[in-house]
Amino acid sequence: MYLSNDDRGPGMNSSMALRIGIFGGFALVLFGILFFRLWFLQILNGEEYLADANSNRTREFRVTAPRGEILDREGNVIVANRTSLALQANPAKLPADEAEKRAELAALAKLTHTSLKQLRRTLHEELSKAPGLPVTLRQDVGNYLVYYLEENKGKFPGVDVERVFVRRYPHESLAAHIVGYTSEVTEEQLEEPEYKHLEPGDMLGVDGVEDTYDRYLRGAPGVTRIQVDAFGQPTPGGKLVSQKPVPGNNLQLTIDPDVQSAGEGALSSIGLRGAFITMDVHSGEIIGMGSFPTFDPDVFTHPMTQAEVDRLYRDEILAPLTNRAIAGLYPAGSTFKILTALAALENGEVTPDEVIEDPGSFTVGGQTFTNAGEAANGSVELVRALEVSSDVYFYILGFRMWEKGFLQRWAHNLGIGRDPGIDLPGAAKGLLPTQQWRNRLVAEGGAEGRRWSAGDNIQLATGQGDLQTNPLQMALAYATLGNGGTVVTPHVGMEIDDAYGRVIKEFAPPPQRKVRIDPGFRSEIMEGLHDAAQGGAGTSYDVFGDFPIEVAGKTGTAQRPPYEDQSWYAVLAPYPEPEIVTVVTFEEGGFGADTAAPAAKSILEAYFAKQLAADEDEEEEGSAEAEAAGLEGEEEVEAVEEAVE
Amino acid sequence: MNVATRTRRARPEPFSMRPGIAERLSLPYMDGGLAFAAAGLALASIFVLAQTTSHDVPGDPGYYSDRQTIYALLGIVGMYVLARVDYSRFRELRVGIYTFLCVSISLVFFFGFAARGSRRAFDLPFFSFQPSELGKLLLVLALAGFVIDGARRGSARQRTVRYLCLGLAPAALVFLQPDLGTALVFGAITLAVMYVGGVPWTHFAVIGATLVSLIALVLVIAPAANVPLLKSYQQERLTSFLDPSADPSDAGYQQNQAKTAIGAGETTGRGDRATQTRLDFVPERHTDFIFAVIGERYGFMGAALVLSLYALLIWRALRIVTLSKNSYGMLVAGGIAAMLLFQVFVNVGMNLGIMPITGIPLPLMSYGGSSVLATFLAVGVLQSVHMQARLSQKGRFAG
Repeated sequence: MYLSNDDRGPGMNSSMALRIGIFGGFALVLFGILFFRLWFLQILNGEEYLADANSNRTREFRVTAPRGEILDREGNVIVANRTSLALQANPAKLPADEAEKRAELAALAKLTHTSLKQLRRTLHEELSKAPGLPVTLRQDVGNYLVYYLEENKGKFPGVDVERVFVRRYPHESLAAHIVGYTSEVTEEQLEEPEYKHLEPGDMLGVDGVEDTYDRYLRGAPGVTRIQVDAFGQPTPGGKLVSQKPVPGNNLQLTIDPDVQSAGEGALSSIGLRGAFITMDVHSGEIIGMGSFPTFDPDVFTHPMTQAEVDRLYRDEILAPLTNRAIAGLYPAGSTFKILTALAALENGEVTPDEVIEDPGSFTVGGQTFTNAGEAANGSVELVRALEVSSDVYFYILGFRMWEKGFLQRWAHNLGIGRDPGIDLPGAAKGLLPTQQWRNRLVAEGGAEGRRWSAGDNIQLATGQGDLQTNPLQMALAYATLGNGGTVVTPHVGMEIDDAYGRVIKEFAPPPQRKVRIDPGFRSEIMEGLHDAAQGGAGTSYDVFGDFPIEVAGKTGTAQRPPYEDQSWYAVLAPYPEPEIVTVVTFEEGGFGADTAAPAAKSILEAYFAKQLAADEDEEEEGSAEAEAAGLEGEEEVEAVEEAVE
Repeated sequence: MNVATRTRRARPEPFSMRPGIAERLSLPYMDGGLAFAAAGLALASIFVLAQTTSHDVPGDPGYYSDRQTIYALLGIVGMYVLARVDYSRFRELRVGIYTFLCVSISLVFFFGFAARGSRRAFDLPFFSFQPSELGKLLLVLALAGFVIDGARRGSARQRTVRYLCLGLAPAALVFLQPDLGTALVFGAITLAVMYVGGVPWTHFAVIGATLVSLIALVLVIAPAANVPLLKSYQQERLTSFLDPSADPSDAGYQQNQAKTAIGAGETTGRGDRATQTRLDFVPERHTDFIFAVIGERYGFMGAALVLSLYALLIWRALRIVTLSKNSYGMLVAGGIAAMLLFQVFVNVGMNLGIMPITGIPLPLMSYGGSSVLATFLAVGVLQSVHMQARLSQKGRFAG
C-alpha cells in the first residue's frame, strides 16, 4: 500500500486510548449540556418564552377616549373636545449620549420653530414635575411635522406625535369654577389604587364637575395592537386586535345659561372679588354660580407660561381658581338676621308683635353696640326690624339667647358652618361660633383668653364677629326658609347622557333634612324680607322698588377687618312662594344695597325674563311684546351698570 | 473478515470476480454514518433556508437555499474526491499547506473586501471565498504533519512551544482581520492536535493556567486599567452572555432574542408563526443564528434532531480517530473532530445563551460557501482516514 511501516507511528497504546476516551467523554458532556439547555428552554420554560416572543412582536397603542361633554340645562355645550397633535418626548428613549440628545433636540427645535434653550427648559421642567413620564414638548403641531417625523423616525428616537383630545371651552371662562379643569394624571396618583387602570398621559378631572363626575366623563380607552418587526415597523397585515375607545358620557348641568352669564356679567361689571349663587329652593338645583375673578380653563390645555402660573397660583388675594361661592369664608352681616329671627320666634324669645325700642344703640355689660350709621329706628316689631334692618332689635334677640344656644342650633340646622353636601370639590365648612367652641379655644389657650360672652351672641345675631360662611350656605338657609323647612341638597349635576343622548342617570338627590318651621313665623319673616326689598323704607328699595316681580330680599354689610366691609344680598323670588334663591357677595363691596343688591337684581332679571317670555308665549300674546320685554330687561341691566359706575 | 479467511482467495469478497459499482467507487470503505450525518445536516440547512429566507432577497425567494444547495453539492463532490485521496500525502505536503494557509489568510488584508468592519474574504466571480474557513482544515493537516515529523526532535517542552507557535501564528492573523471566532477555532484545533499528539498533561496544565490568566487580563484587568485589548464590541459580545439583561439594546439583545426564539418553539415548534426569527428579532438568522430558527420553527423535536446529527457526526469522527492506521490519521481525525465539536458547541451554546457571541458559524447549517465547502472537505479527509484504515486492514488480512 502507500505507507511504509515508519508511518504507523506509535499506534494505539493505552495512554493514547485514555486520551481519546477523555476526548469522547468531553464531547459527551458538551452535548449533554446542549441537550439539557435545549430541554430547559423549550420544554421547561417554553411557555414563558412564547409569551415573551408574543409581547415582543406586538405593540399596543392606547387610543385615548374623548371625555364626555359638559352641557348646560338647555343642552348648550360648555365644555367640548378638540383633537390636537402633540409632540411628545419619551425621556427613557431619548439618546443617552448627551451630544446626540442635544443634536436631536436642536433638530426638533428647528422643526417646531422654537429655540433649543426653550425646548430643553420645557423638558427639564416637565421632568422635574413628573419624572419618567412622556413630556409634551409642543401642543398643536402641524400635520407636516407628523409626516416628517414618520419619514425620519430613525433620526428622532424617543420622539412621537400623539393625537390627543384636548378640552375646548367655546365660552371661555363661562362657568369655569363649576366645570373645573382636567390635567394629566400625576405619577403619585398613578400609584393610588383608585387610579390603577389609568396610564401616564391620561387626563383626570382636577376641579369642579370634571373632578366629581370624572368617572362618567372619562370613558374607556381603546387599544390597537399591531404586529411589528424588530425595528418597530408595522408588518403587513399585522393588525391583530383593535378595541375601539368608548367615549365618555356627557354631563348635563343644572346651570341655566342666561342666569349664569348674567351673574358672571354682574360680577365682572362690579369688578370686585365676589361670588353669586342662584338655586332652586325646592330641588337644590343650582341654576347659576360664579366667582370673580375667574379664569379660562383653556390655560390648562397647554404648558403654562410663568406669568400664567403666577396669576393662577401665586396671587393669594385674587386667587382666581378659588370658587368663592362655596369656598369663601366671610361673615354674613344682616343677611344672617333671618336665622336670629327664626331661632327667637321658634323658641318663644320674641313674638312677631313684640315691640322693641331701637334708640340706635344697645349697651350691655359696658359694651355698646350701635346701628349702622347710628340711626335710631324707634319702636320696631319683627317685620319692621327686618325692613329697616334694625341692628338693635336683633342685638336684643341675640342677648336674650346668648347662653341658650338657640341661635346656633337653628343656624346649624339650616346649614351654617357645616358641609353643604354639594357635588363640587372644595366646599368650605365655615365657622358657626358657639359657646362650646369659644370656651374650648380658651381652654386650649387661644381666643385671647376671652370666654363666650353675651357680646359674642349679639355679634352673631347680626352676622358679625367670628362667623364664617359663604353664599352657598346662606342660599341653603334662605331656601329652607323659602320652601318652608326642607334643607335641600345643592347640586349642579343634572343628568348623564351617553354619546347617543340616551339618559343614563339622573341626579335628584333627596333633601338633606327637614326642619320644622312654623308657617306663621315663616310668613312673618318673609313679609319682613319683602318689605326690606320692596317696602318704602326697605334697605334695598332703591334697587328692587320697581322690580316687576315681587321678591323677598335682605341686604348685608359685614365688618371684615382688615378689609373694607363685605357686601351681601340674599333674595327669594317670587314672593310669597319663592322658586329660587339668589345670594351675592362682594369682598370690600361696602353696603349690601350698593353692590350686591344690583348684581342680584340683574340675575333675577335674567331668570324672570325667560319666565315672562315663556308665560307670554303660553298666553299666545304677540311675539313683539315678548321682544319688548326682552329689550326692557336689557335696558334695566344697562341702567344698573350705569348706577354702579 | 471472516469472509476473507473463509474464501482464501487472493482478493476478499468485496473484490470478487467482477467488482461492483459500489466497490469501484470505494463506497464500502467509507463511513456511512459520517456521510449520512453530513449530508443530513446539509439537507436540513437547505430546507430551513428555503423555508425561512424566501423574503430576504427581494425578487429572488431561492437566493440563499439555491446557493446553499450548490455549495453542498460541490462540497459532497469535494468530500468524495478527498476521501479517495490518501490523506498521508498531506503529511508530506505540510510545509506547502502551511505556507498556503498563512499566505491566503494574509492576502485577505490586501485583496479582501470588508464586510462589517472585518476583512476576511475574497470576492471571487461566483462567490466570496473566505480563506480562514478552509484554513481550519489546512491547519489540521499541516499541524498534524509537523507533530508527527518532529516527534523525535527536541525536548518535550521545545516541541510544545513549537506546536503552539505554529498553531497560533495563523490564529493571530485571523484575529487581526478581525475574526475572533475563527481565531478561537484555530486555537482549539491547535490544542486538540497537541492533545492527541501526546503533549504531556503538565504542559496542558501550564497552557490552561496561562489561558485563564490571559482571559482575565483581556476581559477584566485590561479594561479596568483602561488599556482595551479588544474592540469594545468584541468585549461586549464576549461578556454579555453572562448577564444578557444588562443591556437589551445591543449585544445582549441578540442573545436574548435568540434564546427567546428557541424557548418559544416549545416541543413542536411554531412553524410559520415563528415571529422571533421571521420578524428580524433574531439577527443573522441564515448564518450564526440559524439554530435559533430551527429551535423556534421546529421546536425541541427539530433542534434535538439536528443536535443528534451533530452528535453522530462527532461520534463517527472520534471513532475514526481510534480506527486510524497511523498516528497522522489519528491527529488529523482528532483535529477535525475537535474543530467540529468546538464550532458546534460554541455556536449552539451561543444560540442557547450559554456561550458568548463569537461569530462562529454552525458547520454545514449556517449559510456560506466557504464554511460548507471546508466542512465537507474536512469530512472527506475523515473519510479518507477511515478508508485507508479499512483498506490497510483488508490488506493485512489479505497479506
